[in-house]
Amino acid sequence: MTEAARQKFYDKCGRYLFIASACLMTILIFSIIIFIGRQGLLTFGEVSPLEFFFSAAWDPSAKHFGALSFIMGSLLSTLVAVAIGTPLGLSGAIFLAKVAPDWLKRIMRPACDLYVAIPSVVYGYMGLILLVPILREYLHLPTGFGVMAASLVLAIMIMPTILTISTDALNAVPKALGEASLALGATWWQTIWHVVLPAARPGIMTAIVLAMARAVGETMAVQMLIGNTPQLATSLFMPTATLTSDIVVEMGNTPFGSAWGNALFLMAFVLLILSLGMILLIRKFSQRSVA
Amino acid sequence: MSRTKAYNAIARGALWVAGAFILLLLAAFLGYMLYKGLPKLNLHFIFGKSSDLMAGGGVGAQLFNSFYMLFLSMAVSIPIAIGAGIYLAEYARENRLTYAIRLSVESLATVPSIVLGLFGMIIFVNWMHMGFSILGGSLTLVLLNLPLLVRVTEESIRTVPKSYEEASLSLGATKLQTVVKVVLPSALPGILTGITLTAGRALGETAILIFTAGTTVSRHLFDPDVMAGGETLAVHLWYLMSAGLVPDRDAIADGIGALLILTILVFNFILVLPLKYLQRHHVG
Repeated sequence: MTEAARQKFYDKCGRYLFIASACLMTILIFSIIIFIGRQGLLTFGEVSPLEFFFSAAWDPSAKHFGALSFIMGSLLSTLVAVAIGTPLGLSGAIFLAKVAPDWLKRIMRPACDLYVAIPSVVYGYMGLILLVPILREYLHLPTGFGVMAASLVLAIMIMPTILTISTDALNAVPKALGEASLALGATWWQTIWHVVLPAARPGIMTAIVLAMARAVGETMAVQMLIGNTPQLATSLFMPTATLTSDIVVEMGNTPFGSAWGNALFLMAFVLLILSLGMILLIRKFSQRSVA
Repeated sequence: MSRTKAYNAIARGALWVAGAFILLLLAAFLGYMLYKGLPKLNLHFIFGKSSDLMAGGGVGAQLFNSFYMLFLSMAVSIPIAIGAGIYLAEYARENRLTYAIRLSVESLATVPSIVLGLFGMIIFVNWMHMGFSILGGSLTLVLLNLPLLVRVTEESIRTVPKSYEEASLSLGATKLQTVVKVVLPSALPGILTGITLTAGRALGETAILIFTAGTTVSRHLFDPDVMAGGETLAVHLWYLMSAGLVPDRDAIADGIGALLILTILVFNFILVLPLKYLQRHHVG
């Protein structure tokens, strides 16, 4: 083989290796869907979908597998976390994009990275030793565990996601738009509220949905703060459980392949579908912004 | 007129409060954890063996496992992620395959880590009979690292000016030679930054490891056996708080918290800041 031919051969090999690595991503996500789905859907051999999704009676020893309280727990804690985290993250984003002087910007960016880097057990531990006792003392609650404790910590954990993505969206709004509004006599705040924020809306929506995906899948911090009691939450201050927290608590006790174990896999599958659904939702936002 | 002006001032003030709150909360958080945990740190705690029932145990085995599993998972993730990143940045045309790959990377990045953990449990722990082990945990951790690393590799490669590549190609180099000898070296600071930040995240990960690496450690300290139990620092912190029996579990938990915070500070500042400097002055 001549030198040129050999280089050409290497070139081809390299190309195929790169394609193979990239295709591995698709293979992985499909295997995850198939394996988790197959194990989870086995549940329906013994439990009716109606019971799983619409009953809150969870008692594995009596063969009751109603996951409603976990599904509601996950949705409730996510919604409360987003309701608290979005105003804070969005204010932080407007501050970072439009108000903060340069030296402060140079501090806030790495600060956000640090927020993301703090392990979720550390968030959970802090919630456990600081937040739960405070809730118990000042609100006179029996335990302090529950959706509120979990959601407050979740809100802090998802805030940097909202902040960084919204900041990018705000910075991407063409300067001319804001200048036109100011030139027409609008004040600085009117310009931000009525011109810049609406223009950045697709990016901000993406940020919020990504934050929701993070909140619904967050496991450790929630498990340490939610109280781990399989009962339907009728208040934000009573112990309950979520899909993720219950998987962590119970998976270790279940024989692999039992109805109980499969029901936990089905809960994981519900989580998987929720998070994939959110990715498709984000695709919709970004397509609209391009058009 | 004066009312709109007042709104203006109020809004500006409120935004300053929000910004200050975000920074102060972080400072208070890190400060409190270090204040509680740093006094617990000493050589015996950091490198000693843990104890199941008695006070005075260390976290040496868990510390070793954390970094050992990080190393193993990175050794598998980095080559694959760089390959995929190169494909997306340099070779991919806008067709269905590329769309599917991009969507897969995004989806993989959003799959909750507990779900990745259960997948690892089915594949590595049960099907491949690895049991709860360092190897099973490391391979599952790869699933967490891959999407993040692919993304940073692609982004870093895209910041390399096209003219570098065109110059190399016009001198007669093949595409592969150009990518390996011209594009990758220029993108390296960015890729290394991404690797460091991803490593910092993987070190604190817990949910993915409980049912793949388990909550036990080898009987021998610093045991490189990949089939040994792979409890990490973060998992140990969780395990202590949910099922620990040692009387000094709060003290150990504080110590682990401080160790984890110190680790992310090292990864985010001491390792990344020089790389970011290099990135700014190397490319462009």
